[in-house]
Amino acid sequence: MKQSSVVDLLLLLLAIAVLASPAFSDLVLSKVERRIDVTSQIARVTKTLKVVNSGSESVSEFTLTFPKFLGNNLAYLSVAHSEGKGKSKRNLVNLSVEATNPKGIPDSISVYSVALPKALNKGDTLTLEVVAAFTNVLQPFPEKISQGDIHLVMLQESAQYLSPYAVESQSLSIKLPNARIESYTNLDNTKLQGSEIKYGPYKNLPQYSYSPIVVHFESKAAFAVAEKLVREIEVSHWGNVQVTEHYNIVHRGAQLKGEFSRLDFQGRPPSGVSAFRHLLARLPPRAHSIYYRDDIGNISTSQMQSDSKKTELLIEPRFPLFGGWRTFFTIGYGLPLSDFLFASEGKRFLNISFGSPMIDLVTEKLIVQVVLPEGSKDISVTTPFAVKQSQEIKYSHLDIVGRPVVVLEKNNVVPDHNQHIQVYYKFSNINLLSEPLMLISGFFVLFITCIIYTRSDFSISKSSATYLAKLQWDEVLATLQEVQNIIQKCLALHDKLEASLRDLSRTGDFQTCKAARKSTDSLLKDLSKELKPLMAFLQTSPSASQISPKVEELIAKEKELQEKLMAKHTTVVEGYEKKSSGRDIENRIASQQQKITALRQEIEDLLEFIDEI
Amino acid sequence: MGGKQDSANATAKSESMATKANPDLLNSFSFKSLKLKTKQQELLIRVSILGLVYVLAFIARLFSVLRYESMIHEFDPYFNYRTTLFLTEKGFYEFWNWFDSESWYPLGRIIGGTLYPGLMVTAALIYWTLRFLRFFVHIREVCVLTAPFFASNTTLVAYFFGKEIWDTGAGLVAAALIAICPGYISRSVAGSYDNEAVAIFALLLTFYLFVKAVNTGSLAWALGSAFGYFYMVSAWGGYVFIINLIPLYVLVLLITGRYSMRLYIAYNCMYILGMLLAMQIRFVGFQHVQSGEHMGAMGVFLLMQVFYFLDWVKYQLNDTKLFQTFLKITVTSAVLVGSIALGVGTASGYISPWTGRFYSLLDPTYAKDHIPIIASVSEHQPTAWSSFMFDYHILLFLFPAGLYFCFKRLSDATIFIVMYGLTSLYFAGVMVRLILVATPAVCLISAIAVSATVKNLTSLLRTKQKVPLAGSTKGAGSSKASSKVSLDQSQPFQKNGAIALLLGVFYLLSRYAIHCTWVTSEAYSSPSIVLAARGAHGNRIIFDDYREAYYWLRQNTPTDAKIMSWWDYGYQITAMGNRTVIVDNNTWNNTHIATVGRAMSSYEDEAYDIMRSLDVNYVLVVFGGVTGYSSDDINKFLWMVRIGGGVFPVIKEPDYLVNGEFRVDKGASPKMLNCLMYKLCYYRFGELVTEYGKPSGYDRARGVEIGNKDIKLEHLEEAYTTSNWIVRIYRVKPPTNRL
Repeated sequence: MKQSSVVDLLLLLLAIAVLASPAFSDLVLSKVERRIDVTSQIARVTKTLKVVNSGSESVSEFTLTFPKFLGNNLAYLSVAHSEGKGKSKRNLVNLSVEATNPKGIPDSISVYSVALPKALNKGDTLTLEVVAAFTNVLQPFPEKISQGDIHLVMLQESAQYLSPYAVESQSLSIKLPNARIESYTNLDNTKLQGSEIKYGPYKNLPQYSYSPIVVHFESKAAFAVAEKLVREIEVSHWGNVQVTEHYNIVHRGAQLKGEFSRLDFQGRPPSGVSAFRHLLARLPPRAHSIYYRDDIGNISTSQMQSDSKKTELLIEPRFPLFGGWRTFFTIGYGLPLSDFLFASEGKRFLNISFGSPMIDLVTEKLIVQVVLPEGSKDISVTTPFAVKQSQEIKYSHLDIVGRPVVVLEKNNVVPDHNQHIQVYYKFSNINLLSEPLMLISGFFVLFITCIIYTRSDFSISKSSATYLAKLQWDEVLATLQEVQNIIQKCLALHDKLEASLRDLSRTGDFQTCKAARKSTDSLLKDLSKELKPLMAFLQTSPSASQISPKVEELIAKEKELQEKLMAKHTTVVEGYEKKSSGRDIENRIASQQQKITALRQEIEDLLEFIDEI
Repeated sequence: MGGKQDSANATAKSESMATKANPDLLNSFSFKSLKLKTKQQELLIRVSILGLVYVLAFIARLFSVLRYESMIHEFDPYFNYRTTLFLTEKGFYEFWNWFDSESWYPLGRIIGGTLYPGLMVTAALIYWTLRFLRFFVHIREVCVLTAPFFASNTTLVAYFFGKEIWDTGAGLVAAALIAICPGYISRSVAGSYDNEAVAIFALLLTFYLFVKAVNTGSLAWALGSAFGYFYMVSAWGGYVFIINLIPLYVLVLLITGRYSMRLYIAYNCMYILGMLLAMQIRFVGFQHVQSGEHMGAMGVFLLMQVFYFLDWVKYQLNDTKLFQTFLKITVTSAVLVGSIALGVGTASGYISPWTGRFYSLLDPTYAKDHIPIIASVSEHQPTAWSSFMFDYHILLFLFPAGLYFCFKRLSDATIFIVMYGLTSLYFAGVMVRLILVATPAVCLISAIAVSATVKNLTSLLRTKQKVPLAGSTKGAGSSKASSKVSLDQSQPFQKNGAIALLLGVFYLLSRYAIHCTWVTSEAYSSPSIVLAARGAHGNRIIFDDYREAYYWLRQNTPTDAKIMSWWDYGYQITAMGNRTVIVDNNTWNNTHIATVGRAMSSYEDEAYDIMRSLDVNYVLVVFGGVTGYSSDDINKFLWMVRIGGGVFPVIKEPDYLVNGEFRVDKGASPKMLNCLMYKLCYYRFGELVTEYGKPSGYDRARGVEIGNKDIKLEHLEEAYTTSNWIVRIYRVKPPTNRL
């Protein structure tokens, strides 16, 4: 790694020596300020370029160059031009940038051309703000360390700004993490102020000036790199956006050599500063149902804090990650749909962040899968930067045709890419009902089959003895039920008779009482007529041979009861007709009354017996 | 008895529902629907009780998910899970022909031929069915919930079984008892994805169908029983219990003169078809005709034929004297031919003798003397009284009562349940894990006791109310339970007594329910991968060290790394760590295990040669000295020595003991202090202070200060130790270059 970068450097110097001719326009950079921030694993370069057109032709294109070894690791580049003047120049407008490969420029230089907002005429000036993020440019050195060692990394840059244009004045400042600095290239005009190294200002440099510098310093930052990150964003119109993220994390710092000692790691002071234990994810506000797990189960070491602006999730992998160690885990969370889904011009669009919510995480390969509800149509995506797009189908619960999935892929993603993407699609609300309806119809079919099954006769042989016996038995049971019903009716009529007697004792109106007896009598006769065929059937049926005596007994008892009741009724009514005293009547019916109670009890017992068959 | 109480509510509700629903039914289904009004109500109550019991059985087993997470438990389930994953990914034929090179390095294992596939196929079928119905669940969730699902099904079978041997009331009580019986829950909580999970269902189903076949003499039930047996054979090695119990039962029926055509049909059909079906399982193969354990069934089968033949001859011959002589000749010759065949078969090696496992079941002391590897497993120990009490609670007292009722009303079915109960209880006494097999029988017999008692008491109460109404005792006497009533007429406080007894029964049952819930949530829901403890402030502390270590292996070792550990952790390392292991929980090769035991108990340089010869890259040990976790490798160490010494006589147990005592402190034997296991467990432990006020190197699991604090490793280096030191992994260094 190191060797190859040295070779790169040589090539670059050679190329610069070859490049003598002023191939580019007459632009001059009157002032260049570069600031390199290496406090995290990402080298973030911000430049302020003051461009002056010193030529005669107007220019509408500006060229940015980087040494190839940096250009290859360029993850993010944005060029903005500040409008307005003086204090109010924070008003930045992004300009479009594209990588080009013009002739005459050697391979060891990466070239990007920037389209200027308006052509730059002679003598005009323009200020450009360039932000670039590089990954993998902090080389661990030494490449292998043991547990107790500190983590040293090396940055290679140029003290002078590599540009196809002449530079009048430039300066560079490198912001290091507040830690040990092992060494740095000392040129003239180099100052070390605290944790910041300043080179320059250098005046009047020609095109393609280059002076390599190397800074070797300690980094305590987590060199966490997601080799592959799959984010699945599933939209449910029932009110939820479910985000599931699968991380393949590796520590890209200096590799651990030798033993890992838990004793030292837990000791005081702890050794193993090069390892990281935590990762911080900053989730959108109102994130809920958060989980953190891996292939073999839930990981219980995570903490969450949330307020109205954000939800912070501090996750701890199962083991501390030393250089070269890797781990895989999944986090998932739900988001309220209303915060992310909007409607415009008859379409809906999902407006959601593209990158990982992890702080300072570099993603080598990011795959974002936006799963739209089943039945979505006319899908289109807008992204603030170029990504590879494709579509898939995913099957989830109760899907028939599957859900359309928009797959977005991008390599080398840094937190600067955490910008919003929009996924536009059409979806009709009626489709929402399809899944509940499916469930309902499923249960409906189940119940219907149960009903049909219990109501139908599935016996194969309709003439077999057991089957016939079963049929007969069913009939017997049906008849028994009828008999029971009739007896119950009789008993109800008996109660009516008794009630009429009670009325009599209250009112003394024996005419109505007599009428009641007559009507009951005829009704009872009808009922006993109804009983006859049923009884006849029970007596003939062979399977009822054991029951029929009981039934017979029941009917006989009932008849007896009827007679007794009638007799009692007559006695009482007569008593009232003769105006005999209440006591007299009671005495007369006392014996009858006892028999009636006994009979009633017997009938009820018999009924219970039949009921239990 | 949550189900019981709930069902009381359901009763009231369902009655009102039924009365409301009836007019509608009348309109649509005319007279026919009305005919069984009370019966339908009873059916509704019964179905709703059963439904509630079904749900109860399922949710009681979800404690483990609530208290921990949806994960696979313990050791063997990890293998089952791994194979199920393979089955769902690669399909059945790949699964059947799978040669697993990740275990038993360098031997490997033919998975398809050495496992009972019933569980995996069941889970895969459930998984495929759910996917077909468009429920895209993860296979892990299916595996986790397979055991509760089958436990619920078992309650249904228990209901039908109870109904078959006694009445519907007993069936319902049996279902409710077995739904929450700790003896069964211990092996069927969510995540306990082991063979037993489906095997108990299959066992009870086979028995139920067989009893049904004996009761009805129907070929269809016998066929069902054969298929139940096939499922059982495919699921668990415990099928041997069925194939020995049923012939024994048949034999008892023959001896007690209960031979009937029904029995003949049931047994013959079940045996022949069951045997043929069982041969389709590769792991079982021809054992039904070749193994000594299965010969009893065949003998009884032949005996049945002799019986049938004799019956026929007796029918043909009217002369009793002639028949007697014929009987003598036939029986003698049959026994002679049988024993000669058995003798020749055994002598020629065609019939294999009984295996050690079988012997150890019959004789509890056998394993300790002959097969240390069986004796070393904690669940193979003889059962203590306390665990009987723990697992059965009041069933332990109800069981004899139930036996009394069974003997009082002896029938073919009750004879079966009595035999099942007594034999399985004996085995449960021999091995802790076989409590599981006895549980259904204990529940059924206890259910008979509960149901019969409650029924008697309530009938007493009901008839009592009617006695003063009737005026004469004769009227009441005609109703059921007449003998009881007439007996109790003389006792003045019978009604109060009955109420008190009923309350007592319900009190006992509610204690049972409380006990079961407590046991389930506290004792049987731990996955044993994740350990939980109470902290000083009563907060819950989770020790997730096992998964930490396995996941470290999975992520940070080369994919072809070979891990050496004691065999207990083999399945977990292959499933969670996804790495090749030397030995695992399928203890089929004693020599290989003994080699690992020998390496662990040798000095480091001797062990290094063994490890080099086995291509070992990493060594994993489990160590509880920091946390006080007692089932670690030091406490298992004597078994390693015994098993290693059983094959390699260089390892001698007395070398590791001091006066017959196992010690790790200063007084330990020098061999102990310098063997590989000691070194790996205590490497740099001497510098650690584990407990305030104790010297450094204080082992909390054994409560002593260790004897060797200055351990230097020559051929190994510490690769990873988990945060609570429970798992320690060492890298085996490559040999140094020779000059």
